[in-house]
Amino acid sequence: MIAAIEPSWYLILAAMLFSIGAVGLLIRRNPLVMFMCIELMLNAANLTFVALAIKLGDINGQTAVFFVMVVAAAEVVVGLSIIVSILRRKPGATADDLAELKG
Amino acid sequence: MIDLVWLVPFFPLVGFLTILIGGRKLGEPKAGHFATTMVLLSFAAAVGIFFDLLSREAADRSEIVTLFSWVPVGDLKIDMAFLVDPLSSTMLLFVTGIGSLIHLYSVGYMHGDPKFSKFFLYLNLFVLSMTLLVLGSNLLVTFLGWEGVGTCSYFLISFWHTKDANASAGKKAFVTNRIGDFGVMLAMFLAFGAVGSIDYAVINESALAGTLTQATATGIAALLFLGAVGKSAQLPLYVWLPDAMAGPTPVSALIHAATMVTAGVFLMVRINPVLGAAADWVPTLIAYTGAITALFAATIALAQNDIKKVLAYSTVSQLGYMFLAVGTGAYVAAIFHMVTHAFFKALLFLGSGSVIHGMHDEQDMRKMGKLFKLMPITASTFIIGWLAIAGVPPFAGFWSKDEILLFALAESPILYVIGIVTAILTAFYMTRQVVMTFFGEQKWGSLANAEEAAHLESAADVGAADADADGNDAAAVADQPAPVETHGAHGEFKPHESPPTMLIPLVVLAGLSMVGGIIQLPSIGIIPKGAQHKLLDWLHPIVEFGEGPEERGIGEAIIKGTWAYDNKMILIAIAVACALIGIAGAFAVYQKKMAKPIEPKLFADGWNYDNMISWFMGNPGRKGFDGVADFDTKVVDGAVNGVATLVRETSNQVRKAQTGYVRQYAGVIGIGVVLLLGWFVVIRGIL
Repeated sequence: MIAAIEPSWYLILAAMLFSIGAVGLLIRRNPLVMFMCIELMLNAANLTFVALAIKLGDINGQTAVFFVMVVAAAEVVVGLSIIVSILRRKPGATADDLAELKG
Repeated sequence: MIDLVWLVPFFPLVGFLTILIGGRKLGEPKAGHFATTMVLLSFAAAVGIFFDLLSREAADRSEIVTLFSWVPVGDLKIDMAFLVDPLSSTMLLFVTGIGSLIHLYSVGYMHGDPKFSKFFLYLNLFVLSMTLLVLGSNLLVTFLGWEGVGTCSYFLISFWHTKDANASAGKKAFVTNRIGDFGVMLAMFLAFGAVGSIDYAVINESALAGTLTQATATGIAALLFLGAVGKSAQLPLYVWLPDAMAGPTPVSALIHAATMVTAGVFLMVRINPVLGAAADWVPTLIAYTGAITALFAATIALAQNDIKKVLAYSTVSQLGYMFLAVGTGAYVAAIFHMVTHAFFKALLFLGSGSVIHGMHDEQDMRKMGKLFKLMPITASTFIIGWLAIAGVPPFAGFWSKDEILLFALAESPILYVIGIVTAILTAFYMTRQVVMTFFGEQKWGSLANAEEAAHLESAADVGAADADADGNDAAAVADQPAPVETHGAHGEFKPHESPPTMLIPLVVLAGLSMVGGIIQLPSIGIIPKGAQHKLLDWLHPIVEFGEGPEERGIGEAIIKGTWAYDNKMILIAIAVACALIGIAGAFAVYQKKMAKPIEPKLFADGWNYDNMISWFMGNPGRKGFDGVADFDTKVVDGAVNGVATLVRETSNQVRKAQTGYVRQYAGVIGIGVVLLLGWFVVIRGIL
């Protein structure tokens, strides 16, 4: 018998996804990959919201997910266009190459 | 009529504004005539006020006319108000009276000057400021006028500013006066702090009532005296006045002899109850400053060769007499001498201006002589002025000087001796001047006949101190009849008498110098009772408070019962003898050549006072300034720059945190979030 999926499993999965995203963001230099890592972290947060919403029976958690998804979509629009324009200027540029504004 | 007192400053204001706007269009001589008319109208208003005051009871002769509220700030309420009383009325009369005479004279004197109308602009502004100074019912209105006359003085000293010397003489006057003005301002602050008002009426009343503490009264009196020392050219701030002669001669007569320089004396008399309430050292200081200045300047005047410099030092000396009078409590005598001095010194200055005009801008007395025949009116009026200043009875100067000496003796024999020695010196140097200018030998180079040339040559042989230059000239002259080239500026010309506009003021002032003494005749037997002490009766409410010897110290000093008072005839005899000794001595030396003139270089250089100041400012002073400048660059600037450097260095270190690596930022943000969470959970115990 398949045991019921505990909400804590979802939380653990979310924590793992978030950690992968965070580590990826910190160690990878490709802007696209870094961007995907951010998405991963956002969706880890979404998963946490949904899991806890079900566990606590509170619809607010699921509502928050919609907000996050809208914000993430907006972020994709802005972020991707920035990345595209960067790569146009400097093909193959990494995040570390974009350090012109350093002090 | 008293309500119309604003007319007195109003007319010069109209003149000033009109010439300011349309001066160039008015041109010569209309601008001059207009300015003169304005001052004459002002004089007429002053006369009207005088007669109005005269028709009142002595007790009602003081009135404050408020025009508008000027500075209403909290407790400080200053009105633009005029104080009309016998003192300001007296001052107004002679300021506007002599002012209009000198305006008239200037029309002739400034003839042909390219800045003709501007000259009258300044003169009218001066009369405006001077009337404000005199009329002010509080220290601030007086100060407004005080600064105004100072500014006009500066403008007029450097009127011919294209010459460097004139420009720097103006600067010198301005800067020196600033030291005094600072005293006046501090006195104002002190008066407001202590009494809560800067109205003369309030300050003087609190001094009389004894509510003004002695320390405050001392402070106010001493600080105002500092202002007076600057304005009235007393030691140690007298240096600007001799240099002020760089201005046109009517300016020297009006501003630097008759009116502005007496403002200090006026101020002292105005606040005389405060002087009375001050510690004893203040009047003593004033008396000795005056006496020593009088003597000091007289010695310098002995050896000056510039016709105006002699008169300038003489002015310093006579102002010293006035301060001697103020310091000994003889306020009436001070005002009396101020008025007579205004008459005869304006006369002497205008006379010297007439001589300079006639001699084609020659000011060196060594190049004059024998001008009496060519300039009879100038010479005769000058001689009247000379007799007046030398103290020969019955001319005006005799009476006023005698009264000052009387009070000086009642105070202290030392002051009297200084005063009497100064009187001898005054008679001596004025006689020297008259002889060198109008009599003696002809030194100017008109060589109409051989006799004069021969005369010149013999003069060269006699050989005075300046024998070398003149001797060579004279020898060259004897050989060639027309030596225009060798003579340069004083080639062939004939000194001429001045135009009538210049002579009328001379004659009027000569008349005043002759009879000016009647306003304050002493109480001696041969003078009818009704004619004695007119000026004292007139000024009585301002200078005499209470009766009896216990009041000594406040108001006019009471010298009845002193040896000096009981033996006035002896003093008069001594004074006359001294005047005659001085005159006879100078006559013997300079006319009869009975002795070689003694003119020590020390005197000619003004006791090296100017040089000492230059030296002091050049050496220790310079070092002091450099030290201050160093302090500024090193400490003040160092602090400012140090702060800037500190910020720059710190930020240089801190900005290294901005690496530009996004990953690093994200990491730091992550660590920050963790730390914040840790803080909330572990330390604050939330969750």
